[in-house]
Amino acid sequence: MNFRGTTPTMSAGIDLENVCCDFGTFRAVDNATVSIKPGEFFSFLGPSGCGKTTILRMVSGFIEPTEGAIRIGGKDVKGTRPNQRPTALIFQNLALFPLMPIWENIAFGLEVRGIDKATRRKKAEDLLKLVDLPGAADKMVSQLSGGQKQRVAIARALAVEPSVMLLDEPLSALDLKLRQHMRAELRAIQKRTGVTFIYITHDQGEALAMSDRVGVMSQGRIQQIAAPRDIYDNPVNGFVASFVGENNIFEGDVGPASGGIAALTGPHGAFRARVLPDAAGKALKLYVRPEHTVLTRAKAAENSVQMEVTEVAFEGAFISVHGQAAGGKRLSAEVKNDGVTPVPQVGETVFASFDAARALLLPDANVRG
Amino acid sequence: MPDWLTPEEWQALSLSLKVSFWATVVSLPPGVAVAQALARGRFPGHGLLNGLVHLPLILPPVVTGYLLLLTFGRQGWLGSALWDWFGFTFAFRWTGAALAAAVMAFPLLVRAIRLALEAVDPKLEQAAATLGASRVVVFLTVTLPLILPGVIAGAVLAFAKAMGEFGATITFVANIPGETQTLPTAIYAFLQLPGGDAAALRLVAISVALAMGALVVSELLSRRVAARIAGK
Repeated sequence: MNFRGTTPTMSAGIDLENVCCDFGTFRAVDNATVSIKPGEFFSFLGPSGCGKTTILRMVSGFIEPTEGAIRIGGKDVKGTRPNQRPTALIFQNLALFPLMPIWENIAFGLEVRGIDKATRRKKAEDLLKLVDLPGAADKMVSQLSGGQKQRVAIARALAVEPSVMLLDEPLSALDLKLRQHMRAELRAIQKRTGVTFIYITHDQGEALAMSDRVGVMSQGRIQQIAAPRDIYDNPVNGFVASFVGENNIFEGDVGPASGGIAALTGPHGAFRARVLPDAAGKALKLYVRPEHTVLTRAKAAENSVQMEVTEVAFEGAFISVHGQAAGGKRLSAEVKNDGVTPVPQVGETVFASFDAARALLLPDANVRG
Repeated sequence: MPDWLTPEEWQALSLSLKVSFWATVVSLPPGVAVAQALARGRFPGHGLLNGLVHLPLILPPVVTGYLLLLTFGRQGWLGSALWDWFGFTFAFRWTGAALAAAVMAFPLLVRAIRLALEAVDPKLEQAAATLGASRVVVFLTVTLPLILPGVIAGAVLAFAKAMGEFGATITFVANIPGETQTLPTAIYAFLQLPGGDAAALRLVAISVALAMGALVVSELLSRRVAARIAGK
């Protein structure tokens, strides 16, 4: 199939340089700077109201930044209307045209460009094959299932051969099973076409599973930009650590760092954990993930807290154990369901311990002071 | 010409149809534009425009007619200019009757189109824009097909309203047989004549039939707008 986007060279990179967007006195996006590479699958991840959709709408041209510059393929797009940008946007509700059959939906962008009917039809059928929906050309939108509509929306956006594809939580209306299937599908389509994808989601699983890189946002600010693995394993602050996964959090006073490790002394004892060089002088807390928290009968050599087990939840591949340490502090650990690791009972007293290399001393979110 | 109507009655009926037809057709494009502005636009004066459009609905028709006379009459500020520059006047012409009918029917037209527009998901229009369509193309290919039943329903209502317009018409352009005497003003004139009851009654029957027909057509089309947008 002769699809222009199959060569990654056709896709464009996107640069946001100190982009701000104000709605009245409310700053929806604050000083966002990011460089998205051509052909990259980039996700903006954050809770609703964090500014991620505003970024998407600025890139697609529906709103202009209050400050800063947006470049697509190196070209400043200030003042360029949505229909003249090399971007295609897929909405959360898909926005398929209800009065047109599927093939006309897909070929809409081609019709706008004055391409003849036979070519349009051919292209629509090719794209239907690409999204694994052959034979749907003459159906109406209302005859398709949620997942099928999803594919049509992708095909319709791909038809105009965009350099950049913008996706605004396109999977959130689907049920869990279909959502997981479409994740893999989207990723495969992106690889096949080589188009730059910018994906907006509040679902950390989605962002981590599909993206080359993720930008985590909170209150209009980009908190961290990194590969999914890094976001999860090396979050730069407490917001990122908490948004992408569970944590046991300890508070206390942090001593001086040496060799990237510092001590935190608080009501639950003294702990050692990794600390980032630029964290000096900030208020820090200790974050450690439940799957890195080990439960033992005996106290470990370091980083060990006594707790009483209050709840044991069977999750299949692992068992989630919750407990209370001194002062009512809640802690969690995940015990692998491997038949070897002992699973504590409710009411039992155990020690929750973790490796200093697995724990992080992090500041809170990066927000306006 | 059917033989159950006298030439005079037939004249009133055909003139009414002509006046209402042109009143509807000419107000359609501005009606769609105003509805679009009211449904989608955010601009200073939005409330003012909304009020202005609906004014004829609440003002006594005589007042609207008199304001039209003040504006478009031969002595009116706009009417005198039109006469001086183009030698054209609405005063005491069938075009004046059409203008009066159009102004009175405009709120109904705008309301129907606006309701249809508000039922259209703006995301559909935005999706079309990101696929490369200019605003005009978006409107013609995406919006208009979706609101078409609403536009037709509005036009039918406006036509029916124009057929029944009395107060503004008689105030603005009087009641001249063959020029400005429409169905309602003809009924009024027949009722003033001794023995005019039969003629008046025939015209009343025609009016009732036309109004009922318009209402039914409008209702059917409004239902279709909902069904079409729901993706049937």
